[in-house]
Amino acid sequence: MKTKFFLATAAVAMMGAGLSFADGHVDPAVAGAIKARQGQMQLYAHNLGVLGAMAKGDMDYNAETAQAAADNLLAVSGLNAMTMWPQGSDNSLGNNRASPDIWTNFPDVVTKAGALSTAAGDMAAAAGKDLDGLRAAMGPLGGACGACHKAYRTK
Amino acid sequence: MARLFRWLLALAVLGGIAFWIMTWPTKVNSDDFATLTGDAARGEPVFHAAGCASCHTAPNSDATDRPILSGGQRFASDFGTFIAPNISPDATHGIGGWTVIEFANAVQKGVSPDGAHYFPAFPYVAYAKMEAQDVVDLKAFMETLPASDAPRVAHEVGFPFNIRRSLGGWKWLFADETWVMKNTPNAEVTRGRYLAEALAHCGECHTPRNPLGGLDRANWLAGGFIPGEGKVPAITPDQLEWSTQDIAYYLETGFTPEFDSAGGAMTHVVENFGRLSGEDRAAVAAYLKALAQP
Ligand code: HEC
Ligand code: HEC
Ligand code: HEC
Repeated sequence: MKTKFFLATAAVAMMGAGLSFADGHVDPAVAGAIKARQGQMQLYAHNLGVLGAMAKGDMDYNAETAQAAADNLLAVSGLNAMTMWPQGSDNSLGNNRASPDIWTNFPDVVTKAGALSTAAGDMAAAAGKDLDGLRAAMGPLGGACGACHKAYRTK
Repeated sequence: MARLFRWLLALAVLGGIAFWIMTWPTKVNSDDFATLTGDAARGEPVFHAAGCASCHTAPNSDATDRPILSGGQRFASDFGTFIAPNISPDATHGIGGWTVIEFANAVQKGVSPDGAHYFPAFPYVAYAKMEAQDVVDLKAFMETLPASDAPRVAHEVGFPFNIRRSLGGWKWLFADETWVMKNTPNAEVTRGRYLAEALAHCGECHTPRNPLGGLDRANWLAGGFIPGEGKVPAITPDQLEWSTQDIAYYLETGFTPEFDSAGGAMTHVVENFGRLSGEDRAAVAAYLKALAQP
């Protein structure tokens, strides 16, 4: 697996060379796509922060606020993200942490994104009802984020 | 001249004897296990806390309650690449039919049923501190998991590291089976120490190593390195400023206080700790907080 990973990194590094300008800067369209997907991730983190603060007891439970955060999470997970992951926009560009494996295993990436939508759907169904339901829905969400980061986000 | 030769010969023989003794496999005391019977239900949390599935399931498999321990994951090191074996209950390709003592010697002493040393990529130095009852319960639980007939794959390790006998020397030098935290302030930290040091082997990833791969116990949990993956953060109280609750919540869900989620090898640990009790997660967090400031 590791060897494959290195080969893939090397191969994509060569491909990535074509994406960069001669002066070493990344194509602005590619840079924008990377910012956009990182922004999507930050939106996840922000809305989870609200739900998580209630789950941990750092913030009093409020059904309306919880429901709003959960609805946001579900909406953001439903964005069509195709254009945010252009071929070769991986960590070899030096400005992001996307593993090149994303582009060799795309169906699996889509499955993992789908698993997040499912977990976000369960949260949206639970968050506005009560705190126990919200708490229980946090674990599967964490699992869905983590499963993709384990496979496709580098250090 | 002949006299010098005789001296050299004597020294060589003595050295050989010393090497032989140093590298002799030490085993568990079978009396400790004689009267014990295994309970699979009690073995389940031991299995998750010890993270056996993290290394022994097929590469890239998703975590489940009933993993297939077919082996096949590759572990790169400075000494070569180790491939985790099949430890499912299959009698031919796995460890079906092993006695409790054979199992305990493997898991706690790094010695195979035919007396060979295992490589320390298998964290038996941590497991050496496991209670005998937990070992027996763990075995009982593992016998309930599905069998796999995946054949064993040879390690990719060159000379001289492929000489298993010389691993006895490594063990003699580095296999320190004592607790790192010598004294614990209360029962919760004692439980946390057992989980962190004996079962979940946090130190294997979070502690730096010397050039021969031995753990630098003076810098316990001060940040490590996983070959092929990268740096592992320090989790000592002076470096990790999270609250006890933040740590326990991270172990449960993988969410950091900023609500990013854990990545890399730590996702395995979170998958395992999500299956443990809240008390156990809190105990590990209390243990981290109780580590003396360096
Ligand atoms: C389908 C895969 C996938 C899923 C699901 C996923 N992530 Fe990510 N995440 C990534 C990848 C890949 C990166 C690295 C992207 C980059 O650097 O361009 C990343 C980066 C991030 C970052 C850092 C963004 C930055 O500014 O650099 C955060 C925070 C994050 N993810 C949070 C989350 C959370 C929270 C969830 C769950 C709600 C989640 N992610 C779900 C793949 C995923
Ligand atoms: C960090 C990864 C890792 C973890 C965690 C781990 N192992 Fe292993 N295990 C290995 C490797 C690598 C080997 C091969 C060692 C060798 O051949 O020298 C191995 C070998 C073994 C063997 C010997 C199998 C044989 O056929 O000779 C047994 C039994 C075993 N492990 C059981 C366990 C149990 C039980 C656990 C949990 C308590 C566990 N392992 C946790 C990596 C791991
Ligand atoms: C198999 C290797 C491995 C083991 C075993 C392991 N960790 Fe980790 N840990 C990591 C890695 C890698 C990271 C970095 C995760 C990331 O980048 O998202 C990490 C991150 C962490 C963090 C977050 C630190 C931070 O600053 O973000 C904590 C807390 C932590 N681990 C605690 C533990 C505890 C407690 C144990 C034992 C119960 C443990 N770890 C066992 C590899 C491991």
